[in-house]
Amino acid sequence: MKLKTLVIFCTALTAQLAMAQEGMEHHKHATHGSETAPAGDDRQAVQLQQEGDAHTGHAGHSMPGGEAHAAHQGHMQQPAAQTLEHAPDAPDHVMDHEVLLTKVTIDQLEVREHEGAALEGSAWFGGDLNKLWLKTEVEREEGSTENAELQALYSRALTAYWDLQMGLRHDFELEHGASRNWGVIGLNGLAPYFFEVDSALFVSEDGDTALRLEAEYELLLTQQWILSPEVEMNFYGQDDPATNTGAGLSDMEAGLRLRYEFTPQFAPYIGVNYEKKFGDTADFLRAEGEPTGETSLVVGLHAWF
Amino acid sequence: MRKTDRPQIELPQISRRRFVTGMAAGAALLGMPAGLAANAPRPNPAPQTLRGNRFDLNVNYMPVNFTGRERTAVAVNGGVPAPILRWKEGETVTLNVTNHLAHDTSIHWHGLILPSNMDGVPGLSFNGIKPGETFTYQFPVTQSGTYWYHSHSDFQEQIGHYGAIVIDPAEPDPVAYDRDYVVMLTDWSDESPQDIYARLKKEGHYYNRRRRTAGDLWRDIREKGVAQTWREREMWNEMRMSDRDISDVTGYTYTYLMNGQTPDANWTGLFRRGEKVRLRFINGAAMSIFDIRIPGLKMTVVASDGQNIEPVTVDEFRIGVAETYDVVVEPADDRAYTLFAQTIDRSGYARGTLTPDPSLRAEVPAMDYAPVLGHRDMGMAHGQHGGHSMGGNTGGMDHSQHAGHDMGGSTGGMDHSQHAGHSMGGSTGGMDHSQHAGHNMGGPAMVGKTGNLGRAGFGSNAPVRHHPTEFGPGVDMRAEMPMSGLQDPGIGLRDHAERYNRRVLTYADIRNLTPTIDRREPTREIQLHLTGNMERYMWSMNGIKFSDAEPLVLKYGERVRVHLVNDTMMTHPIHLHGMWSELETGDPEYIPRKHTVLVQPGSTISYLVTADAYGRWAYHCHLLYHMPGMFREVRVV
Repeated sequence: MKLKTLVIFCTALTAQLAMAQEGMEHHKHATHGSETAPAGDDRQAVQLQQEGDAHTGHAGHSMPGGEAHAAHQGHMQQPAAQTLEHAPDAPDHVMDHEVLLTKVTIDQLEVREHEGAALEGSAWFGGDLNKLWLKTEVEREEGSTENAELQALYSRALTAYWDLQMGLRHDFELEHGASRNWGVIGLNGLAPYFFEVDSALFVSEDGDTALRLEAEYELLLTQQWILSPEVEMNFYGQDDPATNTGAGLSDMEAGLRLRYEFTPQFAPYIGVNYEKKFGDTADFLRAEGEPTGETSLVVGLHAWF
Repeated sequence: MRKTDRPQIELPQISRRRFVTGMAAGAALLGMPAGLAANAPRPNPAPQTLRGNRFDLNVNYMPVNFTGRERTAVAVNGGVPAPILRWKEGETVTLNVTNHLAHDTSIHWHGLILPSNMDGVPGLSFNGIKPGETFTYQFPVTQSGTYWYHSHSDFQEQIGHYGAIVIDPAEPDPVAYDRDYVVMLTDWSDESPQDIYARLKKEGHYYNRRRRTAGDLWRDIREKGVAQTWREREMWNEMRMSDRDISDVTGYTYTYLMNGQTPDANWTGLFRRGEKVRLRFINGAAMSIFDIRIPGLKMTVVASDGQNIEPVTVDEFRIGVAETYDVVVEPADDRAYTLFAQTIDRSGYARGTLTPDPSLRAEVPAMDYAPVLGHRDMGMAHGQHGGHSMGGNTGGMDHSQHAGHDMGGSTGGMDHSQHAGHSMGGSTGGMDHSQHAGHNMGGPAMVGKTGNLGRAGFGSNAPVRHHPTEFGPGVDMRAEMPMSGLQDPGIGLRDHAERYNRRVLTYADIRNLTPTIDRREPTREIQLHLTGNMERYMWSMNGIKFSDAEPLVLKYGERVRVHLVNDTMMTHPIHLHGMWSELETGDPEYIPRKHTVLVQPGSTISYLVTADAYGRWAYHCHLLYHMPGMFREVRVV
């Protein structure tokens, strides 16, 4: 079953990321040469990421080790005689190192009416400006998987609120349609008026093109009850009967979800999801006797860690 | 890193419990499941006092329980806070600091003037103290007053590694008092500082539990109408900024401590009626700015950052992270008084009691209204735009402060024409691009351009210029018309005079008790912008974070002006190590000396520095989670 494969893949991926993070944190310890810790202490790992070339930034300061040691004796020196001699050779000043972090977001993990289910999630790993992003979307309707895709992107901060994202998208082979690979270039960020926007242009290996626009807003009813309208639109540059997609605006999905944040990181929700096909896409579906629009109630979980 | 005790996804009860710890741990217990209630907070002893000139300090782990959860703190000699060290001016102190941690540690003597290799900043002053090692600090004590010490390694300041220093003067103390108490304010979280930092990086507003809601919007529309509400929201929405972004880390996770005591544990100081009691307030918190008052008592502020000032009597004052203020109170009645220290965002408070009788306690006041940021806090000068920022825009005040500033230079307040007149182009151009100029400074190119500099004591005349490096992804705001923050009591305090009839201290009230020592005019000026991006949780100076920045170079002996421009909506406490920050409050004769200067949101402030200490010094925002980026090395050569 293809979906199963995908789910396993995603789970494995998540686990990998978690392990990568764990590993990284271990590495931090390692850099400090100590894994021994008093029992029950969960916060002495006060070290931040200290690897990578951050150290090279200090090349200019490097001083002979012997002198640094001398300073370590801590004996008084005449202030006037002080130069930079006592400067340490291997600064471990935590403040000058960038932290590399992993964030996994389950934007939507939900069951839908009519035997439907959906997963929309992402994970990033990296620093302030450069990140590796993974995004996935899986959708099931009436017991069969309608689409399943995974994107792997390099993300670079462009401006205060926008990231440029480039990479690959893979559509998994399903009952309808073959697997496909696309190149991706997109903009992800926060638009004025606090709209979370993700837009991407896709070019497939066959030269097909597609455009996706997603926008989401969060309306705080209270600090914990959050109403989140969301819309996604897909456009294609050509008709493709194999995947039942037609040129132009192909489909739109609009959702309205009400979640309760037990914590900012854990929020179950209920909502309604509306899907509508347009143009040739709708024609393809009509020809197959499938519906071109559907509204369904959803129940799910929004979480990140 | 141990994961066991740190669920990645919190359970509901935990969240609710955590929510109230900022208020009172005891009250939280009421909402707890019975099974957990047995795990009550454990009393934490008040800090001991050590006197003399030789000290052995042992840095170790210590179990603590402030909220009902067992946690491990970093303690010095078994105390959180660390022992109060009492020194005598003129003596030489020797401190053997032994590290019993599994990681490096250090002690920085905050506000002390000492040789740079004694300053305790790993990477700048020395290599840090390795596990198992002892480092001996030794330096002459050349000043008196209230200071403090803390780790400069990692995030240890957050987890208990802080203590008070009281230095008795060699000469008779100009401040008369019958007894004194250290009142150290800190913030404790059951989350590890790494987790807090990671959460902020992943979601900058994580700890803000006072975000605008639909209810606020509805109220605004009812009160002001749709059109006015839209106009008011427009700017914030377009800039993607929150007007409620006051503190990065709040009472959602913090429990605020006074001398290591939670509000419920209620630190208590005794007095006899009629005594003069000197309270030495120290803000040793990682991220929390406090507003302090003692309902029923006037406070006479006698020292700021350890330095004696002309006494000012106030009802309330703000203490930035790392600042110290000494106040004298004279309780006239045989009754208890509450020392009340609410955080700047009103998400919690620290509390203690002054009383003639340990069995008495006074009412704990409700917290004041929580502030909302206004145009002024974004560095936009149109403060008068209707109803923004809860009474904050006291226009008259702003004018007077500008008048004060212009005394040294030409006239004309804020207007830009004046700036044009200064023709910043050629001569001073390098100056405001301080971090570049800074590199090769020491070079004569920077010296001697006194023409456009404001006179010592009156602050900068230079126009605010944004360096090209401020236009990258790490910067979400640039103050376009920042005003001086000198007379600004700060967000949330601006209308306390009218609203509560309280006199609130401002920097403009501070005059040094003794005349200014270095009377020279500054020979140059460094304009430094405090920058950041709340969404990405990046902090920097001039848009450049510490690891990418070159040191600021000062020439030994020079007198230089630092002109700070806050291009963020947060209040940043900026701390210069090794040398005084001589705050330009408009009186060149009595310039107060500070080690940490609060820079109001979207505002400027300037101070003079005499570069009289060779070596490499840290210069940074003292908000712990801003430090990784908003940090510079200052190198005096």
